[in-house]
Amino acid sequence: MSDFAAETPAAGRPPRATLGSAEGDDVFGTFDPKVARRFLGFLKPHGKAFFCAQVAVLIAAASQVAIPALIGLAATAAVARDGRRLDLALLAFAGLAGVYAIAALLEQWISARLAQRVIFDIRRKMFGHFQDVSLSFMDKTHVGRIMSRLQGDVNTLQDLLESSTGAAGDFAMLIGITVVLLAMDWRLGLLTLTVLPALVVIRAIWLPFSKKSFLAARDASSAANSALAENINGVRTVQETRREAINFELYREKAQENFRAQVGASWMAQIMTPTVDALTGLAMAIVIVMGGDAVLGGRLQVGVMVAFIFYLQRFFEPVRVLSTQYTVMQRAMAAGHRIFEVLDVKVDIQDAPDAIALKDAPATVEFRNVTFGYDPERPVLHDINLTVNPREVVALVGPTGSGKTSIIALARRLYEVDRGQVLVGGHDVRDLTLDSLGQTIGMVLQDPFLFTGTIEENIRYNTQSATAQDVVAAAKAVSAHDFISRLPEGYQTRLGQRGRNVSMGQRQLISFARTLVANPQILILDEATANIDSFTEQAIQRALKVLFAGRSCIVIAHRLATIRDADRIVVLQHGRILEQGPHDELMRNAGLYFQLCASAHASFDDQAMMDDSLHAMRT
Amino acid sequence: MNDPRPFRRGPDAVVSGPAKVDVRRMPQVLQRITALALRYPARLVLAITCSLGSAVASLALPRLFGAAVDQAQALLSAGAAHAAEARAALWSTAILVIAASVVRGALTMFSGYLGEYVSQQVAQDLRLKYFQQLQRLSFGFHDRIHSGDLITRGMLDLEGARVFIQNGLMQALTLVMLLSFASYMMLSTDLVMGLIGLAFVPVAGAALGRMGFLLRIAWLRIQELMAILTLTMEENLQGTRLVRAFAAKRFEMAKFDRASIDALNHAYKRIVLRCRGVSTMTVSFYGSMGLLLWYGGHRVVDGTMTVGRVTEFLAYMSLMQTPIRQVAMIFNSAARATSAGGRLFEVMDLDSEITDAPRAVPLKPTKGVLRFENVGFSYGDGARALSNISFEVRPGRTLGIVGSPGSGKSTIANLAPRFYDVSEGAITIDGRDIRDVTLASLRAYVGLVQQEAFLFDSSIGHNIAYADPWAAEAQIVGAARTAQIHDHIAALPAAYETRVGERGVALSGGQRQRMSIARGVAPEPGVMIFDDSAAAIDAVTERRVRDALARATKAKATIIIAHRLSSLMHADEILVLDAGRIVERGTHIGLVALGGVYAGLYEMQTRTATLDERARHPEDA
Repeated sequence: MSDFAAETPAAGRPPRATLGSAEGDDVFGTFDPKVARRFLGFLKPHGKAFFCAQVAVLIAAASQVAIPALIGLAATAAVARDGRRLDLALLAFAGLAGVYAIAALLEQWISARLAQRVIFDIRRKMFGHFQDVSLSFMDKTHVGRIMSRLQGDVNTLQDLLESSTGAAGDFAMLIGITVVLLAMDWRLGLLTLTVLPALVVIRAIWLPFSKKSFLAARDASSAANSALAENINGVRTVQETRREAINFELYREKAQENFRAQVGASWMAQIMTPTVDALTGLAMAIVIVMGGDAVLGGRLQVGVMVAFIFYLQRFFEPVRVLSTQYTVMQRAMAAGHRIFEVLDVKVDIQDAPDAIALKDAPATVEFRNVTFGYDPERPVLHDINLTVNPREVVALVGPTGSGKTSIIALARRLYEVDRGQVLVGGHDVRDLTLDSLGQTIGMVLQDPFLFTGTIEENIRYNTQSATAQDVVAAAKAVSAHDFISRLPEGYQTRLGQRGRNVSMGQRQLISFARTLVANPQILILDEATANIDSFTEQAIQRALKVLFAGRSCIVIAHRLATIRDADRIVVLQHGRILEQGPHDELMRNAGLYFQLCASAHASFDDQAMMDDSLHAMRT
Repeated sequence: MNDPRPFRRGPDAVVSGPAKVDVRRMPQVLQRITALALRYPARLVLAITCSLGSAVASLALPRLFGAAVDQAQALLSAGAAHAAEARAALWSTAILVIAASVVRGALTMFSGYLGEYVSQQVAQDLRLKYFQQLQRLSFGFHDRIHSGDLITRGMLDLEGARVFIQNGLMQALTLVMLLSFASYMMLSTDLVMGLIGLAFVPVAGAALGRMGFLLRIAWLRIQELMAILTLTMEENLQGTRLVRAFAAKRFEMAKFDRASIDALNHAYKRIVLRCRGVSTMTVSFYGSMGLLLWYGGHRVVDGTMTVGRVTEFLAYMSLMQTPIRQVAMIFNSAARATSAGGRLFEVMDLDSEITDAPRAVPLKPTKGVLRFENVGFSYGDGARALSNISFEVRPGRTLGIVGSPGSGKSTIANLAPRFYDVSEGAITIDGRDIRDVTLASLRAYVGLVQQEAFLFDSSIGHNIAYADPWAAEAQIVGAARTAQIHDHIAALPAAYETRVGERGVALSGGQRQRMSIARGVAPEPGVMIFDDSAAAIDAVTERRVRDALARATKAKATIIIAHRLSSLMHADEILVLDAGRIVERGTHIGLVALGGVYAGLYEMQTRTATLDERARHPEDA
């Protein structure tokens, strides 16, 4: 769909070339009372503040409405040459202006703070929810998408919240002005207000067009931006493949399209200005002619006419603001819908109400008749029975997709078994608190994830009791100390995003140290498959021995050295245990394990060449 | 994966950190943006004229209102005698009011539209120039600056510079004109009344201008804090398995709260700033108005002034209210443009370290011999990367390079296509220094496949044919076959039209590397350099790739850089690098017999062999 090769004639442009692509969420939603109600739920804890803000809004609006009336009174008094009445009116004016200033200040102060607070509450709730939702959800949802919920959608709600108090004020003022106009002189008032329906009709006609051009402008801009972003991210490839000129042409097209769309949208937005102004002028003209006539007939005081003119000047601005508010509301609805969608994602794994903390239990893991599948219809583990005894190192071995990863995930209760039981320290994991399970079982992932921050912070992670000495001791134990101390700032060196500035092998070592600091009784380790330079590889092999010492371990092992060191090797295939036992015994069996080992030398399988080199080595 | 220059930040790292409002640079940056807008003089002048006209029309309105009130008043006092005359006057005033309103609206519209037009035009110019510049700047530059930062500059900072033309420049001009007209009208009509009516302008203007400026600075601070919050959330989500494995929810929530509350408190500070500014405006405005009413009212009582005059002055005041409020926006956008424009121009003004020499000619290889002659290289900060590197690769020959991380392997790979320039010595092709030929021809001849495979957000076919989008289908398929990825692609629902990249199908690390190899071989360059570009491919598949490559690139000069010795043990010559120097060189057999570094590596790698679970199920077989 991004391939516009089909739409463009094959002029000078290469047929396949594309640059960037942009797809966004729906912008506009329709009003949904359910979304609105749930949204109001977030306001509940701040009910008092919300109420105060609303009162302030009403007071501010009322005083704003009353001020021109007082000016009118003052004018009438002045015309009547009544100095005392004039002073009284002005005194009232001063008082009212003061009330307005205070109410407006409070309104702004309270509602802006409230908006910020509520937004942070919502974001926190969503973020917290992501800590609990099932891993399967996290596996299949792109982080970028989640972030756009947490940022983009939440910010859209913020727009609504921040502007809604003002909108409420505008609405109150509109009603206030209408009432006052009619009260002052209902005939003139009615006559003047006849322009209002015209404005409403015009805006209703205009709105769909403007929405269309607004969307077009937004799409064009995100297309241009995505092209820019892609070219920056891939700039090395662009230069390697000398695509500069072609990409510049492609980008120019997008930039031009963006220009056209933006200018078009601006035209649509601007066209309402003269319309509103003309209608305002018309209303004024009515006041002048009809009001003037009424003054002549003695039916109207001059001051009332002055007040009318002032009210009209203020009348149309709120109308305009309110109709933009409608768009803000629509966007907030779409965003709110997506936010609640996220909050509604089910949480599968949580502490049972009577969950107990695992303490002083033997470091054992037991699988009893476990069957499990990410999709229950298609199990990846069938009827697994496996016991890991205290201080035993069990290596899981088997072809890709044999279920090794599922076994370690279940041991840590990252997923729930479909049938059977997983027991840690003799307790079903479902009866244990997740916190205590996390403290008992340490996990080293295949792809070591590091956070932005210093190396020390990364090694300590959430073991807050660990001192700086503990951190250094752990690093020393896993042979990470040498390379860390060679870094310019040692343990205080900040790691870039995801540890970009240290090598893969070094990241691995840091993650070992992190686990060692946490000092779990049971260790689950998924050995990295990535090619690590041989120098770091040696350090890793040494570190593994330290990690395994004195712990019960389940290891998904890839390196022959690691496997051979295990007390027991469990060979899996198609989600079942095929064979198990120590290395020598399995080699004698000549089963799957034997075959896997044989292929380990596949990369050096030029037998003749191998023999030659070995020969060369011996001589 | 391996940043070639960890922790190094040279003195030539021109790029500044987070956005700041540098007041000293303000005039210079704003002038430059203004100059860009002045490249569209006709539209700009027209926009300003319209805005001026709209201001004049706006100012006509109060006078008309005043006149209308006085006429009504006259009607009242004159009685029926001059009623017809007065009525006619009212009518003509009414018509003038409508006309003035329409003119004002139309002119506002035109000036708004034209202002947007000019600003978008400037934005487009900036956009294209920025894009071009980024493509031109060398790897040395791109190493120093995070791509996300460059994207922000090209999106948000560019927008900040653009918006200044409308919200800063045009608004300021309009405000100044409106203010001078209004002041003139008011002061010339009645000096005392004028002074009272204008009293709020300097007070409110100063308060709002200060507010606008400070709000921007506070905003930048909040953005910084929000970036920290974003990073906290993003990393938590990316590392969700780790977080759960360590049962670190509470720890992570505390981290979130710290970042979040920090940002919230700063958001509160912004509210204080805004409330202070707006309240000053409100109080000074109503203060002025109250005084005006009091003074004017008593003069009406004394009979020295008409009520229409007072109305006129009040109307002037409320007319100026909106533009004065814009002062905040003007200062805000000026501050924004200063930081944004500064960041944008900083990149635009850089010279690329690597450009065609003035007399560069296209490379015309005859024999195609690539030679490194005593090459030495230091990064911008003086860090030594390579010393005394000499070797030669002829067509049909393969050179292997091995060494620990940071030993300078990748630097060699990046020097040959001149992504960096050598510090000493020379790189030649058929004896001609590569600095004397055009970059385009050199890079067409020397193909580099990097370890990190960047895939573009488009079809597989387009990604493979990236270097030559005109490539025939057969060429693409051929390259895919060489890289052992054709079978996998063919099995996908849309085959070569399948979309990859961020939103496309997910490819494994090994598949991505094979895509990148296919992309590298598709244009059939004369020299091929593979920079650890098979690290993530499993051993069995890699061997097939190697064999296919050997067939396809038989006549080419090839350099293979790898950790895995099996990838390069067949090379005609192998260099062993350590700390930027060649410590051993020779053939596999020779090096093993030597019993040095290479032999040690070989021994270790055969011992720590990896169990290959895919051996029985090689990838996508």
